[in-house]
Formats: sequence, C-alpha cells, structure tokens
Amino acid sequence: MQDVHDNPTEGRRQFLKCMAWAGAGTLWLMKSGVLHAQPLGDGTAAAAKDASFSFVQISDSHIGFHKAPNMDVAATLRQSLALINAQANRPAFLLHTGDLTHLSRPDEFDTLAGLMQEAHVGHTFYVPGEHDVIGDNGAEFFRRFGERQQAGGWYSFDQGGVHFVGLINVLNLRAGGLGSLGADQLVWLKNDLAGLSSDTPLVVFAHMPLWPLYPAWGWGTDDSAEALSYLRRFGSVSVLNGHIHQIQQKVEGTITFYTARSTAYPQPAPGVGPGPGPLQSVTADALHRYLGIRDVRHVRGTDALAVTEEVLS
Amino acid sequence: MTVAATLRLGCALMMVALCGVDRSAVAADASSAEGAKVFQIDIRNFAFAPKTITVPAGARVVWTNRDEEPHVVTSAGAQFTSSKALDTSDSYGVTFSKQGTYTYYCSIHPMMVGTIIVQ
Repeated sequence: MQDVHDNPTEGRRQFLKCMAWAGAGTLWLMKSGVLHAQPLGDGTAAAAKDASFSFVQISDSHIGFHKAPNMDVAATLRQSLALINAQANRPAFLLHTGDLTHLSRPDEFDTLAGLMQEAHVGHTFYVPGEHDVIGDNGAEFFRRFGERQQAGGWYSFDQGGVHFVGLINVLNLRAGGLGSLGADQLVWLKNDLAGLSSDTPLVVFAHMPLWPLYPAWGWGTDDSAEALSYLRRFGSVSVLNGHIHQIQQKVEGTITFYTARSTAYPQPAPGVGPGPGPLQSVTADALHRYLGIRDVRHVRGTDALAVTEEVLS
Repeated sequence: MTVAATLRLGCALMMVALCGVDRSAVAADASSAEGAKVFQIDIRNFAFAPKTITVPAGARVVWTNRDEEPHVVTSAGAQFTSSKALDTSDSYGVTFSKQGTYTYYCSIHPMMVGTIIVQ
C-alpha cells in the first residue's frame, strides 16, 4: 500500500512552469488495459502515441462560488476546457466527477452547461457531488446531466474493452455518516460486474472518495467496502473521485484510488486546519499552482499495479 | 410546531440586529416578533455551536452560517422543515412548540450533527 499526498512545495522553476498552464484536468490514457494519467498540456502528444484511447477527468467546478481564493470559477473551468481542446488526439469522452455547481441553483446549472459546450468532445459523463443535489435530491441534476439508465442515476458503459461504472454516493446521507451508495446501488453494481471476466479493465468513478480517506471531514463513503469487495477479483481497477480538491492516491492490491484536483479552488490537506473549506490564503497569482495537475503513471508490475508519481518538470 | 415564513424570519433577525444583541454569542437571549425567545446557533468551521442546546417550548432557533461553505440544516427524521442551502451569512429559523429532542445535521456535510432539546 502506498499513499502519495499532494504537496504544493514545488520549486521556482516548477511554479513558473505551472503558471504557463492554468486550469486543471487529467488526460487518462488507456494502454494495454492499464490506465496512465497525464497532465493536460505537457507532452501529451508523445505520451498518447501508443494509447488505445484516452479520456479527460475534470472535477469540482463549483459554478456559483465567488470568494477567495477564486473570484471567477467560470474562467478557470474555461481554461481547463481550452487545454482539452488543444489536445492533438481527441479524447474519447470527458468525465466530470461532481460538484458542477456550488448551490444547485438553476442559473448555476445553466452556466455550467453553457461552458461545457465549449469542450470539443463527443460526450461528457457526469456524476453529482453533494453541492449538486441540494433541496431536490438531485432531480434537476439528473434531468440535465443524467444518463437515464437506472432510476437511482448510476450507470455503466464500455469503451475500448474497458468497463466504466458511474456511481452516486451523495444522496440519502444519514446524520453523522459519510457518503453512501445504498443497498439498491450495491445490488445493481454486483449484477453489473457479474458477467465480466476478471481481466476486463475497470474504471469506477464517483464524487466522494470510495475509501476512508479522512472520515472526520466526511472524506469517505460508509458502504464503500462492500463495493470494493466486488472489484477485487479484477486485475486492473482504477477508482476516480473528486470532492477533496487535491490529489490523493492509494494502491490497494489491484485497485488504484485517485482523487482529482478542482477546477475552482484548493482545500487543505487532511486534518490541516479546522475544516475542509476553501484555502482562502492562496493568492490569485499562486492559485494555478493548486489547480495544476501532477503526472501520475500507472504501470503493470508482475501481478499488481505499481504507481509512480512525478511532478511536472 | 410552526415554521414561520421567510419574511417573518427576516423581521425577527432585523429586530435582533436593531436591539444590538451580539449575534455571535452561542445562545443570544432575544425576542422574536411574536415575543418568543430566540436562540442563536452559529455554523462555523463545519460544526454547529453550540452542538447541543436546550430551549423552552415555543422558542425560536436561528442558525447562521459563518463558513465560506454552504450548509443545509436538515432534521433527522423530518421532524421540522429543512433549510435551503445557506450561503455565507445566511440564516434560517424554526420555532419549536413541542417538547422533545430534535437531532439535525447538514445534508451535504452529514458529519455535522447537532441536537435541540425542547423542554
């Protein structure tokens, strides 16, 4: 097991490098059934050469947020989308792992939908964050962005021999609890995976982390262990989440967990400070350093996934 | 138990402000428009303060969000009407007319839990 934490202590060269590419997004490259992560806008053409296909993950746009450290979250999302459009090889699709909006307001959904039209990708898959389901249990979110496969909003699809599963873990939360998948969704997940051979690469995504990353701040999912028990027989599993606005990784057997940065604002490292709110102390000229992306490569070892992480250099 | 209209809540808050009551106090002793006592609960650093509060029947409880993050006051078991999303500095008030123990939480940060004991 290996934990890799996001640590904004890059040197001056690194800082200047990051300043050159605003926004945040991860280009995921599928190579021989193993997922490789690549920061957008940095040597992606060479890295993408032998990939069977790619997709991009963005997260936590928080449209409607307008305070320190980011007064213009629409602009930083737009910069991320511009980076996606600049890719030489067009991604198969875009993945947004939730918190599209800050307060679930119709005008915020309108703004987000309008901005996303600027992305030159065939399709965008969404899962809701807890900020997208306030007051109506996600009705407006699902009406606009749902895949309409299951009544509960969860779904799966296949791309290039890889099975993708979108899970909902921000509804029916109980007092004192964490994220929740619920019995119905777990039954569906078990059935959805039942017919797959164990050498099918899996990518599972949801908004809140699917492992107990920092429960005291709500960074986890109460019944994730049950879901993970269905995934363990597969040889290559990648679990992608948002919610915590920073990169955290963990490798557990053949399962690699990865949380994405936000396109809007960073949050503190687990347990640092009184709570998980926006890092307000970040100045405008340093913001992009926190919205940036590190290079994460997943490589297959003899019988398990190994992960190395590199900062941009 | 009654839940007052937003307008009435606004008036009550205005009165609190005009009377010069320190709204940062954990349980300000003030009166609402109808003469009921008003008890303040601050939402700060992803917690309710005070976490547990004991009030007399008929008291009005007003939550105010002091965080940069939105919060939603939600009754566990739907014993009272939930708030809308409370942005920074937004308030929400509920009048508790019946005795009992009311557990509530933030529906988007469910690790935030509080209790109101109405005597």
